Amino acid sequence: MTLSAADYLAVWPEILVLVMVCVILVVDLFLRESQRVIGYALALATLAAAAGLIALSSMPGRVVALNGMFVDDPLADALKIAVCLVAGVVVVYSRGYATARGLFKGEFFCLVLFAALGMMVMISANHLLMLYLGLELLSLSLYALVALQRDSRDATEAAMKYFVLGALASGLLLYGMSMIYGATGQLEIPKVAATIAEGRANSTILMFGLVFLVAGVGFKLGAVPFHMWVPDVYQGAPTAVTMFIGTAPKLAAFAFVMRLLVETLGAPALVAEWRQMLTLLAVASLAVGNVAAIAQTNLKRMLAYSTISHMGFLLLGVIAARPDGYGAAMFYAMVYAMTGLGAFGMILLLARDGFEADRLEDFKGLNRRSPWYAFLMLLLMFSMAGVPPTVGFYAKLAVIEAVVQAGQVWLAIVAVLMSLIGAFYYLRMVKLMYFDEPSDTAPISADMGVRVLLSINGLAALAVGLLPGWLMALCQKAIQGSL
Amino acid sequence: MPILTLVIWVPIFAGLAVLATGSDRNAGTARWLALAGALAGLLACVPLVTGFHVAASGMQFAEKALWIERYRVHYHLGIDGISLLLILLNAFTTVLVVIAGWKVIEQRVAQYMAAFLVMSGLMNGVFAARDALLFFVFFEATLIPLFLVIGVWGGPNRVYAAIKFFLYTLIGSLLMLVALLYLYNAAGGSFDLEDLYRTPLSMAAQTAVFLAFLAAFAVKVPMWPVHTWLPDAHVEAPTGGSVVLAAIALKLGGYGLLRFSLPIVPDASHALSGLVIGLSLVAVVYIGLVALVQADMKKLIAYSSIAHMGFVTLGVFLFDRLGMQGAILQMISHGFVSGALFLCVGVLYDRLHSRQIADYGGVVNRMPVFAAFFMLFAMANAGLPGTSGFVGEFMVVLAAVKVNFWVAALAATTLIFGAAYTLWMYKRVIFGAVASPAVAGLQDLEPREWLLLGLLAALTLFMGLYPAPFNAVLEAPVSELLAQAARSKLP
Repeated sequence: MTLSAADYLAVWPEILVLVMVCVILVVDLFLRESQRVIGYALALATLAAAAGLIALSSMPGRVVALNGMFVDDPLADALKIAVCLVAGVVVVYSRGYATARGLFKGEFFCLVLFAALGMMVMISANHLLMLYLGLELLSLSLYALVALQRDSRDATEAAMKYFVLGALASGLLLYGMSMIYGATGQLEIPKVAATIAEGRANSTILMFGLVFLVAGVGFKLGAVPFHMWVPDVYQGAPTAVTMFIGTAPKLAAFAFVMRLLVETLGAPALVAEWRQMLTLLAVASLAVGNVAAIAQTNLKRMLAYSTISHMGFLLLGVIAARPDGYGAAMFYAMVYAMTGLGAFGMILLLARDGFEADRLEDFKGLNRRSPWYAFLMLLLMFSMAGVPPTVGFYAKLAVIEAVVQAGQVWLAIVAVLMSLIGAFYYLRMVKLMYFDEPSDTAPISADMGVRVLLSINGLAALAVGLLPGWLMALCQKAIQGSL
Repeated sequence: MPILTLVIWVPIFAGLAVLATGSDRNAGTARWLALAGALAGLLACVPLVTGFHVAASGMQFAEKALWIERYRVHYHLGIDGISLLLILLNAFTTVLVVIAGWKVIEQRVAQYMAAFLVMSGLMNGVFAARDALLFFVFFEATLIPLFLVIGVWGGPNRVYAAIKFFLYTLIGSLLMLVALLYLYNAAGGSFDLEDLYRTPLSMAAQTAVFLAFLAAFAVKVPMWPVHTWLPDAHVEAPTGGSVVLAAIALKLGGYGLLRFSLPIVPDASHALSGLVIGLSLVAVVYIGLVALVQADMKKLIAYSSIAHMGFVTLGVFLFDRLGMQGAILQMISHGFVSGALFLCVGVLYDRLHSRQIADYGGVVNRMPVFAAFFMLFAMANAGLPGTSGFVGEFMVVLAAVKVNFWVAALAATTLIFGAAYTLWMYKRVIFGAVASPAVAGLQDLEPREWLLLGLLAALTLFMGLYPAPFNAVLEAPVSELLAQAARSKLP
C-alpha cells in the first residue's frame, strides 16, 4: 500500500485543516486573553484557504484516492466549499457573543475546525468506514461544542442528551453498515453497489441493514420520529453553537444521504424500499415540525422545529430518486444553510452580555429599533416561509417540482399545505418586528465584520432569489458530474 | 427600449430610493420622492399608450430573456389590451395613493410610500408576465408589501386582518403552484404561457388544474364563500391600502381567470362554468343583501366590492364576447369607483376618526362639495347610466340574457341591491339633521382631496359617457381569448 502524489493532492484541503487545527491548538497556549483574536484570524484563514484550495483543485470527474477510501468529485467540491464558507461565517458571527461568554478561545476554533474536517471527510467518503469516521469526528466535536459553556446547566443537559442519542444513532448506523458488509462482503461504496447490482447479496440481510441505516440517517438529519434531540439541543446550546449545528452539518448530512442511500444502496429494488421509508419520514417531519413550531415561544426552539420541517422538504427531493431531485435537495440544503445562518446571526446580533435574545418577544418592534436589521430578518423569514421573490421559494419550488415529476402529486400537495402552516409562524415573527412596539430599547451594537456579513447574508436571500439560476445550475452540475 | 421592464422596475427602484431616506425626520423628502416615483411610473406607461396597436392581436412590447436556465424559465413580458388597461389603472392609482397618504400617514412615512411603490411595480409585473413562473413570483410577491401596509398602518384589529389576508391568499396560490408544476411537466418542461396554451390535457387533469387555479383566483377576486378575508382586510387597512386592495389587488384574480383558466383548461372551464356562475350569483345576490345591513362604511363598500366582482366572474364565464368585454370594463370601472368610495370614507375618517354610519348625518350641511363628489361615486357604484359603473354591468346582463334568462334576472338584481345599499348609506351619512357637534365642526375638502376626487370623477364620467376607446382596446384580445376558450384541448 503506497500512496502516490495524486492521493495527497486529493486530500490536500483536509490535510491543511488538520495541520492548522494542531497549529492553532499550540499557538493558543502562548496567547494572552487580549490576543485571542490571533486564533480567530488563523481559523478564518484556514477555512478560507481550504475553500480556495478546493475551488482551485476542482476537477470535472471523479478522482478516487487513498486506496478507494476517499473520493473527490464535483458534489464533494461544491459541498465542501459551502461547509468551509458556512463555518467561516459562523466564526465571524459568534465573535461578540462568544467573547461576552468567555467562549472566545482556542478550543472553540479548534472544535469548529475539527467539525468542519469531519464534515469534509464525510462528504468525500468512498468507504463506509470513512463515512463513519467523518461522522464521528463531526459528532464528537459538536458534543464538546455544546458543552463548552460548562457552567450553564442548560448547555450541559443539552450536551448530555445530544451525546446519548447521538451515540445511539451512531450505533444504529454502524450496525446497519455491518449488515451491509455481511451481505456483500464489501465496505467500499462502489464495490458494495456493484455486488448488489450483480445480485450476489442476500436481500433479507440487506433490507435489515437498510432499515438501520435509514434510522441512523433520520437521527442525523433530525427527521421525525428521530427528532427528539433537536429542540432541546438547539435551545440548550450556546446560540453560536446552535447556529453551527443548525447549518453546516445539514450540508454534510445531505452528502451522507447521497453516499449512503443513493450511491451505496442505489439498486432499483432498494430504492423502492427506502423511498417508502423516507416518504414517511418526510411527511411526518413536515407535519410535526410545522405544527409544533407554532406553539413555541423560544425562537431557538421554533427554529429547531422549523429545521425539522426543512429536513422534510429536503427529503422530498431525495424521494424523487432521480438526478433532478438530488440537485433540488442539494439546492435546498444550500439555501437552508444560508437562511439559517442569517436567522441565528440575527439572534446573536441582538444578544448582549447576560441577555440571550432567544425569545420571540425579544424581536418585538425591531423595526423601530433598527429598520435595516428588521428588513433583513423579514427577508430571511419570508425566505424560510418560501414566499417569492426570496430564495426560499425556489428551494421549495425545486423539490416540489422533483416530486411532481416523479408522479407523486399528492406528496406535493401535502408539502404545500404544510408550508402554509409553516408560513404562520414566520409571519408571526414579521408581525412581532413590524406591528408591535419594542419592549427592549437597548441600542444594537456589533462590530463592523458582523454588520457587513449579516447584511450580505440577508440581502443574498433576496438577490439569489432574483437570480437563482446559477446556484441551481451549480447544484445540478455537481450531481450530474458525480453520479 | 425595454418599455415593460421600465414600467415594472421604475416604481420598484423608486420605492427603494424612498426607503433609503430613512427615518421620519426626512418625511418630507420621502413624500416628494414617492410622488416623483409614482409620476415617473405613470410616465413610463406613456409609450405603452402611444405605441399600442389597437387592432393587432397577440402580445405587444414583447421582451424575452433567459432567467432560470435549469427550468427553462424566461423573463418573458408582453401585453395585450387587457393588460394595458390594468397597468394604466395601476400606475394611475399609485399616484392617487401617494397623494392620499400625504398628510394622514405621519409615522414611518418612507416605509409606507415605499411599500406602495414596490407593490405597484410588482402588480405591473403580474399584468405583463408571459411566463407562468414569472407571473407566480410577481403574484406572490405583492402579498408582502400589502401585508405590511395592513399590519403596520392599519386599525385596531390589524394583526388579525393582515395574517388572515396573507394565509388565505397563500393557500390558493400554493395549490396553483402545484398545478403549474404539473403543467410544466405536461408541457415538456416549459412555463411559457404560449406553450401551456398548446398543451393537450385530459379532462381529469383539466378539472384538477381548473380547481387549483380557481382556488388561487377565487380567493383573490374574492368569490363567495372564500371572501371573508376581504371585509376584515379593508376595514383594518389604511385608506391607501384599501384603495389599492380594491382597485388593483382584486383584479389579479379576474385577470388570472382570463389568462390562465380559460385558455389553459378550456374544456374544464366550460364544464365547470355552471359552478362559477352559481357562485357569482350568490355573490351578487347574497353579498348584496349582506352589504345592506353593514354599520361600518368601509365594510359596506367591501361587501359591495365582492358583489361587483361577482359580476366580473359571471361575465367571464358566460363565454360571450359582450359578457367578457363587460367583465373587463367592470374591473376597470370598479377600480375607479371603489377606489373613490374608499377615498371618500377616508376623507370622513381623517376628520372624525369613525367609520360608523351612525356617527354621521347631515354632512352635506358642512361639506357640500364633498357631498357632491360622494353622490357621483355612490351613483356610479349603483350603476347609474352615464357613469362607468353602468357600462360593464349592462353588458354582462345583456350577455346573460342571451345565455339564460334566469341568470340574467338574478344578476340584474344587483341594480336594485346596489342602489339600495349605496344610496341608503349615502342618505344616512350625508342627509338628515346634523348628527353631532363633531359633524357640525367638519371642514369641506382641501385642495389635495379636491384633486384626488376630481380626477376620479372625471374618469368615471368619461368612461360612462364614452366607453368606445376602452372597448376598442379590448376587441382583439377578447376575440383571441374566446377563440382559445372554444378550442378543445382534449387529447
